[in-house]
Amino acid sequence: MSLKKTNPNINRENKVIEIRGLKKAFDDFEVLKGVNLDLFQGENLVVLGRSGTGKSVLIKIIAGLLSPDEGMVKVLGKEVDKLNSKELDKLRLKVGFSFQNSALYDSMTVYENLEFPLIRHAKSMTRAERDQAIHFVLDAVGLLQTANQMPSELSGGQRKRIGIARTLILKPEIMLYDEPTAGLDPITCIEINSLINDVQERFNTSAIIITHDLTCARSVGDRMVMLLDGQFKREGTFEEVFSSDDERVKMFYDYNFVN
Amino acid sequence: MGVKQRSAEPERRRRYVTTRRLDRIFLELHKIYLFHVRFFKEVFVPPYEIKEVIRQCYEVGVRSLPLISLTGFIIGIVFTNQSRPSLSEFGAASWLPSLVSIAIVRALAPLVTAIIAAGRVGSNIGAELGSMRVTEQIDAMEVSATNPFNFLVVTRVLATTFMVPALSIYTVLVGLLGAYLNVHQNELTSFTTYFTQVFEAISFLDIFSSIIKTFIFGFTIGMVGCYKGYYSSKGTEGVGKAANSSVVTAMFLVFIEELLALQVINLFRAM
Repeated sequence: MSLKKTNPNINRENKVIEIRGLKKAFDDFEVLKGVNLDLFQGENLVVLGRSGTGKSVLIKIIAGLLSPDEGMVKVLGKEVDKLNSKELDKLRLKVGFSFQNSALYDSMTVYENLEFPLIRHAKSMTRAERDQAIHFVLDAVGLLQTANQMPSELSGGQRKRIGIARTLILKPEIMLYDEPTAGLDPITCIEINSLINDVQERFNTSAIIITHDLTCARSVGDRMVMLLDGQFKREGTFEEVFSSDDERVKMFYDYNFVN
Repeated sequence: MGVKQRSAEPERRRRYVTTRRLDRIFLELHKIYLFHVRFFKEVFVPPYEIKEVIRQCYEVGVRSLPLISLTGFIIGIVFTNQSRPSLSEFGAASWLPSLVSIAIVRALAPLVTAIIAAGRVGSNIGAELGSMRVTEQIDAMEVSATNPFNFLVVTRVLATTFMVPALSIYTVLVGLLGAYLNVHQNELTSFTTYFTQVFEAISFLDIFSSIIKTFIFGFTIGMVGCYKGYYSSKGTEGVGKAANSSVVTAMFLVFIEELLALQVINLFRAM
């Protein structure tokens, strides 16, 4: 299991995401109970936790897909739930969201999937420039040959890569990855992990990676936090997070590595 | 742009104004009202997704042609055949072209077209948007700062609103042609005589009201399909439900609208 090298490009003076006292409930079930979180520029932060603990809810609130019940969520200096639609759309162009199931538009080819955001948000681009940008991101994810394929013709790993490529095409400053390795075989997981690190280096992004895969967490995370009972209970490096005596943390580790 | 759309979130610790069920009905009606308001707000606001509207028009219109052609043609033949004995009893078989044209233009063509569109297009829209919701494709559009309502709902509703009237006019022509073949075979009526009788029997009000009605039917079919699909939930089960309830609700509303339209048109006719 490869451990990520220390990233020298992290700027701890600049918080790109700042969350304070975030609470979110569905009916009477309180998922997030006062979450505090900082993401620094250039950092890959891994959010660990069991299924149903609110990890995906957290990044959906950051992306403005859900609204918080209480608390403050600042992305690139702007409070997400206080923005109007236009301001939110402007902010969203700087935040890439890679969905758990890739969420590729299944009625479009890979090329059209990548062209879709460009047509709407890079109107000054000529067709040749769009073509160049699409080939650049396809090359970055190593799938140049799939341009004319339909999403249904791709494997799970390829779909993940194209999903990442689609977010990269708008050159985001922040990447949000929702379970990037879920449902993939170990080799493809390694490829996706290395792609996440590659994206961080080549595109100089900051990222939040939601996962319960500890191999992925260790390979891509500069820092980790663990969501327990709706709050971040453990924070630090991989070793710091898992040096806990908490039974739930131990179980999480054992399930990934001992079993 | 437009109304800020956040994914459907359950209201927490809701206090029920009346009973739980009644409260849900009112909330649903409010949601439907907001959906319509949003449509009329966004239909006039750029970006205009012209390409997608054309693509949807092709899906709704051109792809429905084979089914519409067959159904319209058969209805023309069957209706003529079934009406003949009654008219012959009174020695009025020569009135068949007039009767057929009135029936097809005023009621049969708009209704048959709307029912076929509700079954074929409404269910398709419901299932497509439902599956896009479930597989997070709608969320993916939203996070890439593209307005999914504008791209998915407005385009489809415009397509059904404009293509159902076009299909209905086509059904009239095909139905009349089917009826002509039957009349020609039995009464040896010539093409010119048949169509002269057909056009003498119908008035401007018949054609105008029929077209207006089909615009309303098309709008209803599009809105119902989009609403059911856009707010579908509960995974694949939800997609099936969205497709099914799109058809059932759209058909029910089309019949209600037909009934209301009939009353209004009769008022005009009496004036």
